[in-house]
Amino acid sequence: MSENNRKAWLYLLPAILFLGVFMVYPLLDVLVYSLEEGYNFASQTYRGVGLFNFSYVLHDPYFMQAVKNTFILVIFTVPVSTGLALLIALGLNSIPRLKDFFQTVFFLPYVTNTLAVGLVFMILFKKTPYSDGFVNLLIEMLGGQPVDFIEGPYWAKMTVMSFYTIWIVLPFKILILTSALASVDQNLYKAAKVDGTSPFRIFRKITLPMISPMIFYLVITGFIGAFKAYSDVVAIFGTNLNAAGMNTIVGYVYDMLYGDSGGYPSYASAAALILFAIVLTITCINLLVSRKKVYHA
Amino acid sequence: MKISLEHLTKKFPNRNRKEGGFVTAVNDFDFVIPDGKLVGLLGPSGCGKSTMLNMICGLEKPTSGRIYFGEDDVTDLPPENRGVGMVFQSYALYPHLTVRQNIMFPLENLKGKDKLTKAEMEEKVLEAARLVQIERLMERRPSEMSGGQQQRVAIARALVKKPKVLLLDEPLSNLDARLRLQTREEIRRIQRETQITTVFVTHDQEEAMSISDMIVVMEAGVLQQIGKPQEVYDDPVNLFVAKFLGTPAINVFEGEIRNGMLCIGDEAVLKTNLREDRRVWTGIRPEGFILQEDGPFSCEMIRMEVMGRDTSVVCRHPLCEAETVRAIVPTESKVDDDAERVRFALKPFKVELFDWDTRKRIRFETEE
Ligand SMILES: Nc1ncnc2c1ncn2[C@@H]1O[C@H](COP(=O)(O)OP(=O)(O)OP(=O)(O)O)[C@@H](O)[C@H]1O
Ligand SMILES: [Mg+2]
Repeated sequence: MSENNRKAWLYLLPAILFLGVFMVYPLLDVLVYSLEEGYNFASQTYRGVGLFNFSYVLHDPYFMQAVKNTFILVIFTVPVSTGLALLIALGLNSIPRLKDFFQTVFFLPYVTNTLAVGLVFMILFKKTPYSDGFVNLLIEMLGGQPVDFIEGPYWAKMTVMSFYTIWIVLPFKILILTSALASVDQNLYKAAKVDGTSPFRIFRKITLPMISPMIFYLVITGFIGAFKAYSDVVAIFGTNLNAAGMNTIVGYVYDMLYGDSGGYPSYASAAALILFAIVLTITCINLLVSRKKVYHA
Repeated sequence: MKISLEHLTKKFPNRNRKEGGFVTAVNDFDFVIPDGKLVGLLGPSGCGKSTMLNMICGLEKPTSGRIYFGEDDVTDLPPENRGVGMVFQSYALYPHLTVRQNIMFPLENLKGKDKLTKAEMEEKVLEAARLVQIERLMERRPSEMSGGQQQRVAIARALVKKPKVLLLDEPLSNLDARLRLQTREEIRRIQRETQITTVFVTHDQEEAMSISDMIVVMEAGVLQQIGKPQEVYDDPVNLFVAKFLGTPAINVFEGEIRNGMLCIGDEAVLKTNLREDRRVWTGIRPEGFILQEDGPFSCEMIRMEVMGRDTSVVCRHPLCEAETVRAIVPTESKVDDDAERVRFALKPFKVELFDWDTRKRIRFETEE
């Protein structure tokens, strides 16, 4: 080992120790838990080693419901929120005068506490003895039937959930995309204009490729974030998510550990590992796609 | 294509209300660029060169005045309908596209009856690439090329639609000294081959003088002088133009006409036909000095610099505007390095006089 190499390892040591203790060890622990069959929390004993925990989790209707909810959330909110953020960022970029003001307005949800935002959504959507909720008032005004968004049909609850998720991630995405747009070399646009490029083609052939690394970053972190959704759901539907049919994978893991029917670290670990596998797969697919589509400077 | 500018003016809004609420970047420009010529637009930084070019190309709308290409008024036409090609200072190549795709980009924009087939495009791209000699780099990205190569790609992209007018905004300023020389010859060659009317912006007077058919000197948005490079150099209309052209720069002294004699300080250096006594700015080109033991003009000697063909005599004079006076003399001439003072005679046609207040040129004849 060369002198330089040894030094490099020395400098890396604190980080490696830290990551080892707080990340690698717990991960291995989760793996071990997930393989221990019939683990008893009280006596800290187990019957044997195998894949039963995974099989149990995969056959648990609550887990399957959670997977379904999570996937719907991911597949719907990530593209919509990214697209919406791009539209708003493009709009912001074309009104230089009020840009700063609107940027601040759009950023407000980001600095507001999740639970407080959840409360606002309750007011917007929840039916109480006194009022049908703001959205329902609107629906009635337009001549529709009021819907119970919090305790009503599945699609209504999913709508609220998606709406909420999109709204909460939008500010960050807008911020990233406006700065990405601002960092595109303005001379490219001038050159394109001299060549008579149509606005749509400028967007597709210049703007989009130039900000593609940022879009890609937002999609990947968006996928990962949406897969890990939990606190947002709690903020709206309360802690008894299984009963509401609105549980997510992370919520399921939490319930298995600490919920009313909890105390099953093995099932929780197995579910967590399944989530890990899903996220890993999706991220790999994303990376593969990006290699073709994303421009790297 | 002849380009005529008529009373072209551009004012930009300015936040600073004290300055009147706007900046005048180009002020009442009025001139004609003849067909097929290479014109150097020359001036110090911030004098409005880019603004001028942007108006010709259509990226900026003039505040007032008209622009004609040939007989057509193009003032209100968008860039794509003017038939111009433009090369930007930073090249503005699309970094995510290959050389081929970059050059093809303008062609792919064509619509309707101008639309080209893939094969026609390929052919035109190759033709443009050959012209600037980059046909072997077609699959590279801009980041994989040298500055000079990128420059050529930018020119090829500007030429591929066969524009009637080619506009170059400081195309050489990102290149090193040697590449600059090479590339400016290249631009000259391409212009000769294509015979496209070309406007070339630079703040480097040497660059403009060396390749232009005609130079346009401007300052603070105002046209100073137009003409063939040598004519403008030999016969500047005012002190600004005289000082702006030539390296080393012209030496400027505070002078005076007394009884028809041009005097610098107490020394009467040249006999003129000017009858009226007055103060004048006196410009003497570095090559206008002749070493002569009994010459009428004396300076304090600082040092000699031998530079190949010529020798520079660097000296000092209390009435000179600059710190040092620089005279260029043939290397063969004998100069005594150790002498405290050095004496010169002056070549009359290398001496230019300017009015003290207006700084306009005063023409005179010498009388021996
Ligand atoms: N978009 C604009 N808004 C306000 N003022 C501007 C704008 N563009 C240019 N100006 C001003 O107009 C003047 C001329 O600018 P211009 O860019 O044409 O100069 P230039 O001769 O090209 O300088 P350089 O050699 O540094 O490129 C400058 O004083 C500049 O500050
Ligand atoms: Mg400029």
